[in-house]
Amino acid sequence: MAKVLMKGNEAIGAAAIKAGCKYFFGYPITPQNEIPEYMSRELPKVGGVFLQAESEVAAINMVYGAAGCGVRVMTSSSSPGIALKQEGISYIAGAELPCVIVNISRGGPGLGSIQPAQSDYYQSTRGGGNGDYFHPVYAPASIQESVDLMQEAFDVADRYRTPVMVLGDGMIGQMMEPVEFFEREAEKTEKPWATNGTKGKRKPNIINSLFIDPQALEDHNHRLEEKFELMKKNEVRVETFNLEDAEVVCVAYGTTARIVKNAIEICKNEGIQVGLIRPITLWPFPEAAFEEVSDKTKAYLSVEMSMGQMIDDVKIAVAGERPVEFYGRSGGMIPTPEGVVGKIKSILGRE
Amino acid sequence: MAVVFQKTKGLTDKPFSYCPGCTHGIIHRLVAESLEELGLLDEVIGVAPVGCSVFAYEFFNCDMHEAAHGRAPAVATGIKRVYPDHPVFTYQGDGDLASIGTAEIVHVAHRGEKITTIFVNNAIYGMTGGQMAPTTLVGQKATTAPYGRDAAHCGNPLRVSEMLATIEGAVFVERVAVNTPANIRKAKKAIKKAFEVQLQGLGFGIVEVLSTCPTNWGLTPVESLEWLEKNMIPYYPLGNFKSPKEEK
Ligand SMILES: Cc1ncc(C[n+]2csc(CCOP(=O)(O)OP(=O)(O)O)c2C)c(N)n1
Ligand code: SF4
Ligand SMILES: [Mg+2]
Repeated sequence: MAKVLMKGNEAIGAAAIKAGCKYFFGYPITPQNEIPEYMSRELPKVGGVFLQAESEVAAINMVYGAAGCGVRVMTSSSSPGIALKQEGISYIAGAELPCVIVNISRGGPGLGSIQPAQSDYYQSTRGGGNGDYFHPVYAPASIQESVDLMQEAFDVADRYRTPVMVLGDGMIGQMMEPVEFFEREAEKTEKPWATNGTKGKRKPNIINSLFIDPQALEDHNHRLEEKFELMKKNEVRVETFNLEDAEVVCVAYGTTARIVKNAIEICKNEGIQVGLIRPITLWPFPEAAFEEVSDKTKAYLSVEMSMGQMIDDVKIAVAGERPVEFYGRSGGMIPTPEGVVGKIKSILGRE
Repeated sequence: MAVVFQKTKGLTDKPFSYCPGCTHGIIHRLVAESLEELGLLDEVIGVAPVGCSVFAYEFFNCDMHEAAHGRAPAVATGIKRVYPDHPVFTYQGDGDLASIGTAEIVHVAHRGEKITTIFVNNAIYGMTGGQMAPTTLVGQKATTAPYGRDAAHCGNPLRVSEMLATIEGAVFVERVAVNTPANIRKAKKAIKKAFEVQLQGLGFGIVEVLSTCPTNWGLTPVESLEWLEKNMIPYYPLGNFKSPKEEK
């Protein structure tokens, strides 16, 4: 298929339909409105269902119901709406159902702003709802990558029976780039657990996250833990760049990583070697990539569109072996390559 | 020997978790019998609430989902939109439906979602130990209304059936009680009717069932039935509020 120029949000919708998603439940919120708008237009054409829910709370619970029926289903929202969905996401993780949640995030806390931000790192990667759970979080840095990761997200959701989040900052949702949709068969997964009527042929299927017996819940949590470990082993995605000679290694995800690449280019021209670790999965976090860093590296720099959230994971990965510095802008302010360069120079004591 | 009464296939063999004399059990039986008699057990998908009936998924002998507190109508919507040809029902208490889940119940009716809701109104939060519900009667004592519900402080009890009957998409709305054999028979008829309305694809149907909570009301099972009759029925009148036209 030839490349087409598409807005991020619409490309995400198109990719979901290509991945076999036929059900969408959502509630309007800027800057992700083009996703439900696209789905309301396109899903009926493929025999699917778009339904605007009365709230994000209802939308994620509709997703819970549909996911329990064994179909590919998704919702999308932005930061305050994702906060409302956390109860449902916890239930979906507990009941082990597959679904995809897209978060085109904006600034916070509270109503915050409608401008791009990355201040949802905690609520995305820490299991924003109650209980011991994690789910994969993909952080695309371009529209092409958003499209590719949507397919991946649905496959991984089915394979592990888990909610999967695709986290794009507002820039991903709103900008236009040429994209190509690669034809790729959706992974087929049997779903014998789905509720579709017993037909008198099997015992009732029950979708549930309640384990009232403490031992039963601990056993369930151990089973979930095994699954999380398996995902940590198999599903980490990361891009590394210029690690061999780097004096400073930046860590950045999403569109911030693109800004950092520009900063790295400026540094190179001034004779400063800077590397990049770009987590594509924020959970599982690419800890192993930090082992590729050479003895030449003096420090890490976490660059984020937030007041500093991913830096916690960077510190865990670095485990005190080197200093971890931070550079961030928040509230919808975008970091500039020059700002990043300035921080790198100050770390190296080269003003 | 002729069998005159036997347990419905609509219930599993799991013993109920309800207190002695609680009428949740009777309501379970009526729902299960209706499903069996209509031949729906192989197709139906039910949604259990959070409340004393949280384990409904272990009692109904059909595919079940366990929903978060108040969210059963949204979960049922997701299911019904995937399987429009399968009957879908929710079973919810008054804290679940009339407090935390008011938005979900109003909008499932507003969309005319073709599901059936069994709404068990016992005028109290049973499971959490007898706190005040929106349906608690004025003057009725609850653990969070130790002096009795005061309308000036927290309003008058919510009449859910009357409210939902104003919504276009709600096509079958009836309030019943399970305090006497005659009322139990009427309740069964209403529940069955609500499922039939769903099968005809006409819209949303709800049966509000006035039920007892001897444990948290601090009464014996028999006193509870009398209390329901004397106090609840006058405020929550029984009867049909809405039925598809041609049937009237
Ligand atoms: C989000 C959330 N809030 C509160 C609770 C605690 N809770 C469990 S059951 C219940 C009330 C149930 O009362 P009702 O719906 O009337 O059912 P009953 O037990 O009376 O049948 C509450 C508040 C919960 N489980 N989840
Ligand atoms: S607490 Fe009340 S509603 Fe709950 S099972 Fe006991 S009697 Fe029934
Ligand atoms: Mg109650």
